[in-house]
Amino acid sequence: MALKELSSLEKCLGLKKPNKYSTQGERKVPVLQNNNGPALVGLVTIASHLVHEAKRTELLGNSAEQRAVVQQWLEYRITRLDNCSKEEVKVILKELNQYLEDKVYLAGNSFTLADTLMYYGIHHIIMNLAVQEKEKFLNVTRWFDHIQHYPGVRHHLAPVVVLRNRVYPSGQH
Amino acid sequence: MKLFVSEGNPHCVKVLAGLEVTGVKCDVQLVSHEERVVPFLNRPVLPVLLLPSGQHLFSPNAICQYLFEVVGKEASDDGNQLLEWEATELQPAVLQALHMLMLQGKSGEAGTVLKGPLGWLEQYLSKRTTPFLTEETVAVADIVLWAALYPILSNSTFEAVVGELPSVRGWFKRVSQVPACEAAVQRVLQGKGLDALKNFLQKQPAPHIQRRDSPSSANATEMEDSELMMTEEEVEVAAQAWSKGLPDCSDSTQKKHPILPQEGKRNVLVTSALPYVNNVPHLGNIIGCVLSADVFARYGRLRGWNLLYVCGTDEYGTATENKAREEGLTPQEICDKYHAVHSSIYKWFQIDFDYFGRTTTEQQTEIAQDIFWRLHERGYLLEDVVEQLRCENCQRFLADRFVEGVCPHCKYPEARGDQCDKCGRLINAVELKEPQCKVCQQTPEIRSSKHLFLDLPKLEGELEQWLEKSMGSGDWTVNAKHITRSWLRDGLKPRCITRDLQWGTPVPHPDFSDKVFYVWFDAPIGYLSITANYTSEWEKWWKNPQQVELYNFMAKDNVPFHSVVFPCSLLGAQDNYTLVNNLVATEYLNYEDTKFSKSRGVGVFGDMAKDTGIPSDVWRFYLLYLRPEGQDSAFSWADMALKNNSELLNNLGNFINRAGMFVSKFFEGHVPEMVLQDEDKRLIAQVCWELKQYIQLLDKVRIRDALKCILNISRHGNQYIQVNEPWKKIKGGDDDRKRAGTVTGVSVNVACLLSAMLEPYMPTVSQTIRDQLQAPAHCARAMLYADRGFLCSLSAGHRIGTVSPLFQKLESEQIEALRKRFGGQQPDEETPTGKVPSSTVNSAQPKPPAAAAPAVNASVSAADPEKAKQLAAAVAKQGDKVRALKAQKAEKSVVTAEVTKLLELKKELALAEGKNPEPSLQKGKKK
Repeated sequence: MALKELSSLEKCLGLKKPNKYSTQGERKVPVLQNNNGPALVGLVTIASHLVHEAKRTELLGNSAEQRAVVQQWLEYRITRLDNCSKEEVKVILKELNQYLEDKVYLAGNSFTLADTLMYYGIHHIIMNLAVQEKEKFLNVTRWFDHIQHYPGVRHHLAPVVVLRNRVYPSGQH
Repeated sequence: MKLFVSEGNPHCVKVLAGLEVTGVKCDVQLVSHEERVVPFLNRPVLPVLLLPSGQHLFSPNAICQYLFEVVGKEASDDGNQLLEWEATELQPAVLQALHMLMLQGKSGEAGTVLKGPLGWLEQYLSKRTTPFLTEETVAVADIVLWAALYPILSNSTFEAVVGELPSVRGWFKRVSQVPACEAAVQRVLQGKGLDALKNFLQKQPAPHIQRRDSPSSANATEMEDSELMMTEEEVEVAAQAWSKGLPDCSDSTQKKHPILPQEGKRNVLVTSALPYVNNVPHLGNIIGCVLSADVFARYGRLRGWNLLYVCGTDEYGTATENKAREEGLTPQEICDKYHAVHSSIYKWFQIDFDYFGRTTTEQQTEIAQDIFWRLHERGYLLEDVVEQLRCENCQRFLADRFVEGVCPHCKYPEARGDQCDKCGRLINAVELKEPQCKVCQQTPEIRSSKHLFLDLPKLEGELEQWLEKSMGSGDWTVNAKHITRSWLRDGLKPRCITRDLQWGTPVPHPDFSDKVFYVWFDAPIGYLSITANYTSEWEKWWKNPQQVELYNFMAKDNVPFHSVVFPCSLLGAQDNYTLVNNLVATEYLNYEDTKFSKSRGVGVFGDMAKDTGIPSDVWRFYLLYLRPEGQDSAFSWADMALKNNSELLNNLGNFINRAGMFVSKFFEGHVPEMVLQDEDKRLIAQVCWELKQYIQLLDKVRIRDALKCILNISRHGNQYIQVNEPWKKIKGGDDDRKRAGTVTGVSVNVACLLSAMLEPYMPTVSQTIRDQLQAPAHCARAMLYADRGFLCSLSAGHRIGTVSPLFQKLESEQIEALRKRFGGQQPDEETPTGKVPSSTVNSAQPKPPAAAAPAVNASVSAADPEKAKQLAAAVAKQGDKVRALKAQKAEKSVVTAEVTKLLELKKELALAEGKNPEPSLQKGKKK
């Protein structure tokens, strides 16, 4: 799973030469073998490394503040979203929905690595939402639809259909 | 920029140390654990850094990284990697270890959890040439890892269990010597050592609960997930415990009244808020107090606690007087009439009170007056003059809601004595212009009258001391703590305890002889007097805080009276009263997205539930399934039908029924011999794990969550049967037949355990299962008592009785009719059945369950897995055919005909799988 993500990310970043990855441990943590140093371990670590390699550091944030926000959502993705329980899914959707109420991207007004990895991580959840639930988490759905149509992001994942008009009357949930 | 931290929160050590080391200027504000600083997060999370841009950083690691970046130290791959490792590997292990050590006292297991991460770090450090993790000086990774490990490495308990870690210890010591780190520790732990963390840890969800919850990834089935997480050791231990079978225990399950506290036993006193007598309780009232308390009381008895559950009707007050006037009866007659109504409702809901009393008794007068005199003697009562409206025509003082007049603020002519409905402002009744008595329309006069007040401010200090102790050691729900704190924060004021009424407990003081006690002072004393009506030795329960643990159940609106006002009365009376240790408050239950309203006829009230034809156990199940634990919830008819049909019928009932039917059909009603293979042991271990969760959750009064454990077990059971196909194997060779026997035997034993776990929730169903299986009477108690776990209680050769379906399907027409009858409104868009001719809807009266055909049950007879397989293949084939036709652009009539065939096949398939053949109907109505 994580490996597919990393190879999609490579394409998205325009890296020509694909890297070789392996996994370690029960949780299948990705490992990047590196010729000029020790191996790198961990999805976020490797993803950040790739961004540097592609010289696209703006994807990690343009200021110290934004960089911190990006780091925070990357951490949220791997500690809260990955392997969460069914009950927890609802909580996460609710939190993201509230957070995204007045935001275009996770770190404010520009697209960052946090959007890409959160999109990869949450895809299977959004995929399984009923139309009604997608409307309930309207801000998440809007953000998700936006990211999946962001040039070059959606590589290995199926598109999720998002209706433009509301089907259910609001305020009934 | 502002940093929010709380005491005793280990994550705050990180950020405070980071702040000191980097020297970044920032305000630090100390808040409580429960302060929700970040508006968009569901749970209170700390520490939080409020950035100059107004954004919140709630990840301690991101905060540290940011602080280091501000002083020019940018992130490196090395550092990133260590931070990621800390967040995903180390931190979960540390929290789990602390949880085990501090809350469960298991230091050995706590050490085991840490072995992996600490070993990794030891290896990492042993290869480094720098004194610190990434550089020659302290960097962000050092601060983060050091703070994460501080609780572990500073504690001598762990020294023995984590083994020698020379490199880790050396590094840890070097970081600890940095003055900034020392200061951060002191600030968070306040010199109290690890005990300072206890409060914080208790608020965290138990870490291992998260461990086993299945990842929600789209295609992995639950079975696979749980297999992944169960260690072989766990599986073996569970299987061995199981094989031991039921112990011979003779402890009698019979209650012997009167139940009194016993030396050396866990003595638990349970009360549920006293329902006001002249209201018929609605479903919200029932789930909020009596039913929740009943589940806990039944559970406690199963666990072998010495438990007393009392409740009763609260009968005094203006509302009763008024109701009596309306109905032309005396107040006493009204109380007698409605007390009987309450009694019969609770009986129907199978609320197993040890005693259900009332407040209009001699004992009430005696005890209330005694407490009054004690408060008076100790100087806790104040006198003051109150201005009130009196209607000379009716010869009485008017309670706020019995007077109407012109609002002094907005001139609204029909303002009530306490509030104006138009402008919403609170009003003092004497301020109303042109006041009128609501009963006789005469103009009342303002009279002043002398009253007594309980001096709450004088008791505040003592109360706070007690509260800190009680909340710290007992289980108080979050809302209960919150409401109590907000009352204290606003400061307590003296509270009037007397009223100018007749229907109440008389005030014994000669200067106040024509007055009675205000209900809020009087009613909670009802708990004591009701117990006194039950046994003359009531003081053994109520003046015995050393031996007795008191649980109060209520809805959240009742919290202040139980946490502030009543404890003040008892503390002031200084008679060694038993005060509440565990205050369990629910949120509100709504009705179909609106409120229950007697006057508008909206909602189901206690006396109507039995007229619906839906069994009491199903009502209990559904109310408990949506118990407003932690947040409001809503009753919905469509959802009730769905839960009944999916959870009770297709999951729980289906499993228990199949297990029993296999024994009867394939093994002549005798439990077959069981030779456990790995797969069986794994199921047993899974069941054990769920049982453990169930016990842990119910011990903490998490009633709704514990119910999910029961449903999980039957889900595991269904899957186990599905995979092993005993109905097929029974027709095979010797080995196959033996396998079928084992699977059947294990399944029927799981069913027996389920009957025990169901007892608190669905007592009748629970008993029916045991009757059908002819299970030993003490098996329920045996498995829950003293954490014995899941035992083989039906051994090979045991003869079971006649098995029959446990649940009935709720048909959509039936539910639709009920929904109409009880006035819940749902928009038409959500009701695909909205176009059903009205005649069918109207004529669809709820059927009594006995009359419904048992054939609709998803039992063995209806669900036919073999046929299902064939049909599934046929459906697939027909589907291909339709697609091919469509692709060829075949004639429309041809396609339509084939589609009709496909739909028919799908319907048959659904039937064969024991599902509702009209899933679309249900799905559309699901909320």
